[in-house]
Amino acid sequence: MTAAIEASGLGKKYGRRWALSDCTLSIPVGRVVGLVGPNGAGKTTLLSLATGMLAPTTGIIRVLGGAPGSGPGQLAKVGYVAQDTPTYAGLSVADHLRLGAHLNPGWDADLAARRISQLGLVPDQKAGTLSGGQRAQLALTLAIAKRPELLILDEPIASLDPLARREFLQVLMETTAESQVSVIMSSHLVADLERITDYLVVLMGSRVQLAGEVDQLLASHQLLTGARRDPSSLPSSQHIVTDSHTDRQSTILVRSDEPVLDPSWSVSQIDLEDLVLAYMGLAKTEPSGPAASAATKILEEKR
Amino acid sequence: MIWLTWRQFRGQAITSAAVLAVLAIALGITGHGLVSRYDQIGLRTCQATCTSLAAKFIDELKVGPYSTMFFAGLALMYAVPALIGIFWGAPLIAREFEHGTHRLAWNQSVSRSHWAAVKLGLVGLAAVATAGLLSLMISWWASPIDHALNYGNSDTGAGYSQLSPLVFAARGVAPLGYAAFAFALGVTAGVLIRRTLPAMAVTLVIFAGVQFLMPTLVRPHVIPPVQATAPFNANTADDIVVNQNGHGPATMLLKGNYIRPGAWILSNQTITQSGQVFDGPPPRACTGNLPPQDCSNWLNSLHLRQLISYQPASRFWPLQFAETGIYLVLAAALGALCTWRIRRRRA
Repeated sequence: MTAAIEASGLGKKYGRRWALSDCTLSIPVGRVVGLVGPNGAGKTTLLSLATGMLAPTTGIIRVLGGAPGSGPGQLAKVGYVAQDTPTYAGLSVADHLRLGAHLNPGWDADLAARRISQLGLVPDQKAGTLSGGQRAQLALTLAIAKRPELLILDEPIASLDPLARREFLQVLMETTAESQVSVIMSSHLVADLERITDYLVVLMGSRVQLAGEVDQLLASHQLLTGARRDPSSLPSSQHIVTDSHTDRQSTILVRSDEPVLDPSWSVSQIDLEDLVLAYMGLAKTEPSGPAASAATKILEEKR
Repeated sequence: MIWLTWRQFRGQAITSAAVLAVLAIALGITGHGLVSRYDQIGLRTCQATCTSLAAKFIDELKVGPYSTMFFAGLALMYAVPALIGIFWGAPLIAREFEHGTHRLAWNQSVSRSHWAAVKLGLVGLAAVATAGLLSLMISWWASPIDHALNYGNSDTGAGYSQLSPLVFAARGVAPLGYAAFAFALGVTAGVLIRRTLPAMAVTLVIFAGVQFLMPTLVRPHVIPPVQATAPFNANTADDIVVNQNGHGPATMLLKGNYIRPGAWILSNQTITQSGQVFDGPPPRACTGNLPPQDCSNWLNSLHLRQLISYQPASRFWPLQFAETGIYLVLAAALGALCTWRIRRRRA
C-alpha cells in the first residue's frame, strides 16, 4: 500500500537556517495525523513540501506515491487548507463553490452545497465579510468537496474561538467518518488534536522528535515512580525518555515494547499531552547538529 | 479557469467597456461635425490648392473645442497603455501573493502554468482589445485633422504630422503593442516584486522609459531613413545663427528649409562642397550691422548643400507594423518569463 506521506532525509533551508532537517517519515493512508510542535518548529514547511508549495533542499518526499504538486492529477488527490485559510475577499461564498466546480474534475457539488447550508453560510455573502471561523469552514469545504484522498490542513483552527474550533473539528470528523480520506493537520496545541488524531508526529526545532500511531505510542510509554535510584540501573529494553529526581523519589518516563515488571516501580499510563510535552522538553535540552539526529532517530516509532 | 479569470476581472472589464462606450458616443458626435467641416472647406475634392485649404482648416480649428479634443485624444492614447499596465497588469498576480490566495488557487486541480497562461492570455487580450478600440475611435475622429496636418505647411504645425513622434504613438496599431507590452510588464513586475504598489510604480517608470527611448533611439532606424541632398538657399533658410563666444572664433549654424509633406525629418545638416559640416567662420557681413541680405549673398556664394535624413510619410504603416511587432515580441517574452517564474516559484 502506498503511504500517504513518505519522506526520506527531507530538509529545507532558508538562507542559512534549516526550517526542516533530516526528516524521515512514512505515514500510512487512512490515518488522521496530528502534526504537533511549537511555532517555528517546521510544521508549515513540512506541509508546504507535501503540497509542492515548497521544493526540498535535501531529500525526497512522495505524497500518495507521487511528487507533490506535480500536475493536475496529483493536485486533485490532495486537498489543502493553507495557514490563515486564504479565500478571495471579493468573491461570494457561492462564487467560491463555482470556483471549486470549475477547477476540480472530481468536484462534489452536492457535498459542497450541503456543507454550506449546514454551516448556515449565506451563499451571496462576500468571503471578505465572513468571520474567521466561517472563512476556515469555507476553505475546508472547498478542500473537502474536491474529493481528495489526502487532506492537508495547516493550523486551520489556530485563530478560531473555542466554539468555532469545536465546529470545525466536528465537520472534519464527520468527513473522515463518511469517506476514506486521510488527514494531516498541524497545530501547536495537542489538546486540539487529541480527540481526532490516531497518528502523531511531533516536530521540534526543525526535527521530527516522535512519530507513530497514538495507541502504540501511549502503550509503549510508561511513567515509573518509585524510591530514588540510578536511572542507569534500568534494563536496556527500557529506553529512558525523561527522568527527574527528588531526594527520595525518582520519576522516569520510559519507552519499552515490553511491560515493566519490576515491582519496585509504581507504573502509570501517560496521556498524549504529557507525552508530547516530554518529547518537546527533551528536544530543548538536546544539542542541535548532526550528532543529535542519530539520537532522535532512535525515538522514532518504527513500524 | 476561464470562469475564475472572468469573475476576477469582471468589474474592471465592465467599467472600461462603459468608459469606451461613453467615449464612442462623444467622439461620434463631434467627429461627425469635424468631417462635415473638412468637406465644406473643400479638402476632400481639392486638387492644387490643398496646402492652403489645409492651413485654413487648421486655423479654423484653433478656436473652438477641436484643438483641445485633439490634444486630449493624444494624452488619452498615451495614458491608456500605462494605465492598463499599472491597474490590470501589476495587481493581476501580485495581489494573489499579497493576500495569500495563490495558495488557494494553486491547490485546485489545475497546474500553475495553466492558471498563469489563462490569466495572462485573457486579461492580456482584453488589454489589447481596449487599446485597439480606443485607437480606432480616436484615429477615426482625428483623421480629418491628421490629413490636413500631413500637408506639412510649417505654419500649420508640421510637428503634428502622423509620423511625428508625438502623434505616431497615438494612432494606428502601435497602441495595441503598447498595451500588450505594458500589461505584460505590469504582470512581470508583480510576479517578481510580489507587492502590488511597488509593482505599479516600477511598471510606470519602466514603461515611461521605454516609451521615451523608442522614438528617440529605435524608431528612426527600424527602416533605414532616406538620405537626400539639396542646395542650400540662405534666402529661405529656417535658421541662420551666429555664435559669438567670448574666446575663440565665432561659429555659424545653418538650417535650410526642406519640406516633404508629412515626413519625419530626422536630421538636416548644411555641408560645404568638400562635405564638411559648415560651421563658419562668419564674415563681417554676418556679424556687423550690415544689411542681412549681404550675409545671405555671401552664404549663397559658398554653394553650400543640405544633407537631410528623413522618414517619408508613406512609411507610416510599415513603421506602425514594425513597432507593434517589436512590442508584441517583448510582451510575449515577458509573458513566458512570468509563466516560467510561476511554475518554478515556491510558496
